[in-house]
Amino acid sequence: MSVAAYSVGEASPRQKLLAGVLVVAYALVTMIPLVWIVLTGFKSPPASISYPPQVLFEPTLEGYVNLFTTRSRQTPEYIESLGPAETWYDALVRERNMVITGKSRFAGRYMNSVIIGFGSTFLAVFLGTLAAYAFSRFKVPLKDDLMFFILSTRMMPPVAVAIPIYLMYRELGLSDTHLGMILLYTAVNLSLSVWLLKGFVDEIPREYEEAAVVDGYTRFQAFVKVVLPQMRAGIAATAIFCLIFAWNEYAFALLLTSGTAQTAPPFIPIIIGEGGLDWPAVAAGTTLFLVPVVVFTVLLRKQLLRGITFGAVRR
Amino acid sequence: MAQNAEQGLAVPGAGGLRGGLRRARGLSDRAITVLFIAPSVLLLLAINIFPLIWTVYLSFTNYRANQPGREIKWIGTRNYERLLGSEDVWGYLQATANFVVWTMLIQVLLGLGLALLINRNFRGAPFWTTIILIPMMLSPAVVGTFWTYLYQPQTGIFSYIINMFASVGPIDMIGSVHLAPWAIVIVDTWMWTPYIMLLCLAGLRSIPDYLYEAAEVDRANALQTFWYITLPRILPFLMLAVLFRGIENFKMFDMVVELTSGGPGSTTELASINLKREAFEKWRTGFASAFAVILFVTVFGLGNIYVKALNRVKQ
Repeated sequence: MSVAAYSVGEASPRQKLLAGVLVVAYALVTMIPLVWIVLTGFKSPPASISYPPQVLFEPTLEGYVNLFTTRSRQTPEYIESLGPAETWYDALVRERNMVITGKSRFAGRYMNSVIIGFGSTFLAVFLGTLAAYAFSRFKVPLKDDLMFFILSTRMMPPVAVAIPIYLMYRELGLSDTHLGMILLYTAVNLSLSVWLLKGFVDEIPREYEEAAVVDGYTRFQAFVKVVLPQMRAGIAATAIFCLIFAWNEYAFALLLTSGTAQTAPPFIPIIIGEGGLDWPAVAAGTTLFLVPVVVFTVLLRKQLLRGITFGAVRR
Repeated sequence: MAQNAEQGLAVPGAGGLRGGLRRARGLSDRAITVLFIAPSVLLLLAINIFPLIWTVYLSFTNYRANQPGREIKWIGTRNYERLLGSEDVWGYLQATANFVVWTMLIQVLLGLGLALLINRNFRGAPFWTTIILIPMMLSPAVVGTFWTYLYQPQTGIFSYIINMFASVGPIDMIGSVHLAPWAIVIVDTWMWTPYIMLLCLAGLRSIPDYLYEAAEVDRANALQTFWYITLPRILPFLMLAVLFRGIENFKMFDMVVELTSGGPGSTTELASINLKREAFEKWRTGFASAFAVILFVTVFGLGNIYVKALNRVKQ
């Protein structure tokens, strides 16, 4: 099923050209918002709200400095009294009559996203691999119902689920903890992980395990030594999908965390500068937050279809 | 054996692999099945089903989560009566329905169109397809945040670009009662058209060549070929995409909260957004739980249809 399956023969060169022009036009338009946000990250605050919007501007790292620091406004005399700026970012901030007073919370929130993302991904993929193998290879009573049950947990509106989770976590002392968020994201990702991984296990011929068992392996050994190595690519793809979900999640993070375990998505929109949102800083945070996802998307492009249909559509 | 199978997860040892594996040493198939599936099911029971039952219970009470000391009173179906009798709630559901219908309609047209164009297989198609796919992998909340910047009426690039083609003056997409519902439709379309496109592409690629050859022999024109061959073949894929995205948009929260937070007035107050307001701002936990249950039931029903569609498409 490669090129031959596309349509009868080939489209005429003129048709191809027209199709190409239209698709490229759409792709370029669709990229404007992203490119614009990346550019805004390198603008100064005044340049970010100038009219008309500036396409060409003098790039500055002010947005990134503001993103990672807290600052206070000082009189020029006070700044003078500090002596020359020691670092380039000190100098940058002083141009606006500001002094860096400390680190902002962004780095911490970003790290929370990393910890909770990787923690929940690991657990979801670990549990999912086991369940997927059992679902694929053994007769499980009520298999279809169980699989539907697992999928249905993902379809629930997050805000509705958050009400009882909020109460439960309050009782258990899991509110605003990394562990609480990891467990929650694991549960939400489990459905995707089981469904996707089952598809991958289904594709591995049973003959390999049978041969291993005949050779004296126990069923468990056959799973670990024969099946798992063949699932590597599938596990990697599944892990990336789980990671992206946990990374992007907002509703639970907003409602169940406030400080210690807060992830980046609820934090980025509230990066305040003087007189409202600090757009270059917000754009800088957005850029740093989105870049990993874009990289993963490009890496995953062949598996994307599978990921977004829970493994039902494979090509 | 049949008796065993009826006791939940237990699996008869001998009939494990359908290929007819001889009995292996070590853990029995039945033990592996239970050990492998139980952790996942237990986690989902603890973090999804138990809270769900709790929500159902709370929906019959006057509980308020910000007053934990207060006595919980059973008030029967009064929450449901109030909910279904409230014109406001029907308004939110109406806003949600409008959002779902318009996003799906526009995205199906755009997505199908793009898929047909990409299927012309012009040079560079895979590259541009990947570019087009990027928005759908991004964090909806962060997308909502940066679109508020793009939508700034005076300085935003959206208004600026529209004015390059038609001088209509500053466009206040988020502040205007008439435009705000479209503002969220546009952003959702920007994000999720690639999803519909990707599934349509999968559908197009599943059409065997000989059907088109037969159509050529029968002298079918382009429109007839599309109507009688292409469309019926991609319809299951399109259905799948629309169902999934429809459910997702029915429970839409993150992107819209960051973009308009339901405003202006309540023009973009979707069901999930109002649910959050009731549960976590007004703290009417009992009432909100009843709302949550109604959303659960709706999503569960739609989810059932979705899984049927999923299984139909599965190769």
